[in-house]
Amino acid sequence: MQTSLLVGCGAGFSGDRVDAALPVVKTLIKRGLPAALIFENLAERTLATQQLAKRSNPKLGYEPLLELEIRPILADCLAHNITIVSNFGAANPRAAAEKIFDIAQSLGLPRPRIAVVSGDDLSDDLGQDLVKAHIGNAFDAERFVCANAYQGARAIADAILAGAQIVVTGRVSDPSLVLGPAMAHFGWRDDQWPELAGATMAGHLLECGAQVTGGYFADPGRKDVQGMDQVGFPIAEIMADGSCIVTKADNTGGLVDERTVKEQLLYEVHDPAAYITPDVVADLSDCEVTTVGPNAIRLTGVIGHPRTDTLKANVFFDGGWFGEGEISYSGPNAEARARLALDILQKRLSDQLKLRFDLIGLSSVFNDDGGARLSRWPQAPLGTTGDVRLRVAAQHLALEPIERLLREVTALWTCGPAGGGGVRVNKRQRLSTTSCLIARDRLPATFELLI
Amino acid sequence: MTTTLLYDLAHARTGDKGNRINISLIAFHAADFERLVAAVTEQTVAKHFGDRRPSSVKRYLLPKLHAMNFVIDDVLDGGVNDSLNLDMHGKSLSYHLLSMEI
Repeated sequence: MQTSLLVGCGAGFSGDRVDAALPVVKTLIKRGLPAALIFENLAERTLATQQLAKRSNPKLGYEPLLELEIRPILADCLAHNITIVSNFGAANPRAAAEKIFDIAQSLGLPRPRIAVVSGDDLSDDLGQDLVKAHIGNAFDAERFVCANAYQGARAIADAILAGAQIVVTGRVSDPSLVLGPAMAHFGWRDDQWPELAGATMAGHLLECGAQVTGGYFADPGRKDVQGMDQVGFPIAEIMADGSCIVTKADNTGGLVDERTVKEQLLYEVHDPAAYITPDVVADLSDCEVTTVGPNAIRLTGVIGHPRTDTLKANVFFDGGWFGEGEISYSGPNAEARARLALDILQKRLSDQLKLRFDLIGLSSVFNDDGGARLSRWPQAPLGTTGDVRLRVAAQHLALEPIERLLREVTALWTCGPAGGGGVRVNKRQRLSTTSCLIARDRLPATFELLI
Repeated sequence: MTTTLLYDLAHARTGDKGNRINISLIAFHAADFERLVAAVTEQTVAKHFGDRRPSSVKRYLLPKLHAMNFVIDDVLDGGVNDSLNLDMHGKSLSYHLLSMEI
């Protein structure tokens, strides 16, 4: 019988805790099984942001936290044959690999064998033509930023089989980061749908880091989680049949139970009978989660269907500007003063901008652009004490109207209601996006082992 | 007839892709699942999110997990790229669902 594979997760997004991976690696070493470590760093927009960074400096465009992620665990991983797999290459996997070589050298480590996976980036002329053929009039050459296809696990697996200790990718589907090492370890073919589907869902459980170990879950008194300040990141033990047991790093906080696993299992899933990745179509209709020990949950019963003939590509365009401003009113009659400030901004700006308003402290994230919820909100009687923060937001293709919005919020210091404080204004460039499906035979993925 | 807050019967999580979100709704106790299935339907959820004017609400059942998955379109005020909402991903909306009374 083949030994199982441990896969740990060191990060669930770009900006995750950088001290989370070390306890995972220590636990992998202690358990003594073949192991891999993933860092998932690439949300949909993150990649476009890094494409812009690469344009301004060809040596950049990879995960900005790369060094903070890699440095604490690189020596241990190399010494204990823990394969590192990550999409922290973002828009520039080669530059990320060079950076890792530098880090290894500065730590006095032997030069690691790093593989770079390519085939996702459709931002060059050829790639743009392909995208154009798929999205037609939605393609705006003037505002085009980048396009990247979601690649799968095969190139990652092949890179590991070729001897890579570290695999750096750009855009691959998140679960493929886990499926790749599993395919390499178990020697799975591309059409072993049940195994691929099971390990894909193991990857899905791991890919958001602490979201399966108590993060994005804790609710005091209702769903209590101990030690959230040191929440342990997850480790999955993947079996030869593709099923898995999810656990977490030893000596950490957090919680793995049936509830945390169910929540993450369905996270970002649409039709549970057809969870589509580049590698397989996973079917959760019949799957079960069972407790096998403290902080140990088994996932079984994932069904696998053949993969689709297409890969998904995300296309990003320059979307103009976004601006927002906030000002606080507190104490007697706070709400009425905040509503007066809202009215002032509405009168001065609504001829050129469609404004979104929130009254933070009363209703904000549940609000709607049309203001339906806010308009129904019972206004507190005049004189009622409160603590309300007015927020206004807008977007525009041109910068000037957004700068005017920011000035108008700032002017509320002196031209607005009494006692307004804590003005903050912020603007940023927007990215608009669309996606398309492209025949997979047009998009071969390859890897290169750097020496 | 007394009403119960969904929050007392189930837990939930939101995920987003573009201008589409999914919200899982998972019964704390298997015994409550059928009651949730009867009361938390595509229609009642669409009504509960009425201010956001969803263009579609689709429900999937996962009886072995005592869970449902709601896929809701066009409630992110433009999606993560276009939204003017503070919570452009709609991550907080699981708790809007849990504030529903059945």
